[in-house]
Amino acid sequence: MLTLIQFTGAASALELLAWSPPGWGATLVAGLGKTILIALGAYGLGLFIGVIGAFGKLYGGPVAKDVLGAYTTLVRAVPELVLILILNYALRGMVNELLKVWGYPPIEFSGVALGIGILGVVQGAYSTEVLRGAILSVPAGQIEAARAMGMSPVLLARRITLPLMMSAAIPGLANLWLTVTKDTALLAVVGFIELTKATSLAAATTKSFFTFFMAGGVLYLILSLGSTLIFGRIEKWARKGQRFVGRGS
Amino acid sequence: MKKLAFAFAAAAAMSFAAAANAAPVKVGIAAEPYPPFAAPDAAGNWTGWEVDFANAVCKAAELECVITPVAWEGIIPSLTGGQIDAIMASMSITAERSKVIDFSDKYYNTPTVIVAAKGSGITPTDEGLKGKIIGVQVSTIHEAYAKAHFPDAELKTYQTTDEGFQDLAAGRIDASQADSIAIDAFLATDAGKACCEVVGAVADDPAILGAGVGIGLRKGDPLKEKFNAAIKKIREDGTYEEFSKKYFSSSIYGN
Repeated sequence: MLTLIQFTGAASALELLAWSPPGWGATLVAGLGKTILIALGAYGLGLFIGVIGAFGKLYGGPVAKDVLGAYTTLVRAVPELVLILILNYALRGMVNELLKVWGYPPIEFSGVALGIGILGVVQGAYSTEVLRGAILSVPAGQIEAARAMGMSPVLLARRITLPLMMSAAIPGLANLWLTVTKDTALLAVVGFIELTKATSLAAATTKSFFTFFMAGGVLYLILSLGSTLIFGRIEKWARKGQRFVGRGS
Repeated sequence: MKKLAFAFAAAAAMSFAAAANAAPVKVGIAAEPYPPFAAPDAAGNWTGWEVDFANAVCKAAELECVITPVAWEGIIPSLTGGQIDAIMASMSITAERSKVIDFSDKYYNTPTVIVAAKGSGITPTDEGLKGKIIGVQVSTIHEAYAKAHFPDAELKTYQTTDEGFQDLAAGRIDASQADSIAIDAFLATDAGKACCEVVGAVADDPAILGAGVGIGLRKGDPLKEKFNAAIKKIREDGTYEEFSKKYFSSSIYGN
């Protein structure tokens, strides 16, 4: 009797998760696609801001240092959820209100662009700090030697600082990537349909809460495991020539 | 001439990513299952009475519309912020909301009722709900009504109406106040059949409950006239009854 119940339970779960309608499989995977897209975009934007921010904080003028200091302090102080709500409702309305006053048509922000923008700004603040720490781990002698050779700052960054800091930066950056993949779920509060929202919509519509939240969890786990594998490889590459000091996983 | 107009529209669309008139009207619905008005199907498409209504009214107004799901509690900021151009999410026309946005003429009006566990003895009055926990969706006429009329009941707010129903079925709350159609849809599900029954309609309070459901629009938006004419048209030519028959046995237009 029990096995029969378990069997029918599993069968209906499989039906619900089937790829094509009436199964919700494709919808969930589409949500995962959106999640990955936003995570990749936000991470890329974050790294871009982070590299500029880290070099600016270390080698910039007093104004650049203060501006970047305020940026990292503010963004890291405010919860991502609050930032998302502020940027999504308040800033969007303000920008369009201003445009209206100046006689321009309103700008349309797509959900994906908005998600990448908001999470990218958040990621940038954290990346700045991770990269700043990594740059400081580069032995000063190496940088002095490069300067003595007459390298320009850009060449110095490209040939010496960036390659040498990589091994120190990768574990922190891997953490940031895993964080951003899950931060995308916060966008569900503004109605953006990524993996979490797709999962909860499917669960609420079919009333199979357990099945769908388990499935959603498994998709996040797969994403996380795949990312760990890739970052493991990158770290191995970044550490080539170094003594084995234990590898992050 | 047509080519020129097209080129101009394309240029405008490219330069601002949003053109004034050429862009489709973004019809905002609440990103939550609210059967039978709007719910996602397995393919991720939104279906239901209100989606059919949106399509019919846009067709009658000769507008190109796209359904855009946004979070219910942020649906008015989404409208005023330009993320959507119209709200068709079973939003009642109330004085409070009319301060911020415009409404079209009403397109349906159904009573507000209270649902509770079978045999609970709850009545839709403050007396009958004394000390009971009543669940409502946040930022709805139901929340405003329960706050004003059931001071002795404990109010619990939910992000979606459906979540309140789930808690009612699970016995975590004693009653739910919602639109009668939404409650009928819940009582038609297995969980609803097993647990609950309608205990009656609440006493009317037009100031809070409003005068039916209308299309929410930005203040002064000329879309209002277009939609009003379109609602009138689909009411007169039978389109409204046509798609309503699929969902309801009697008219939900109200008086």
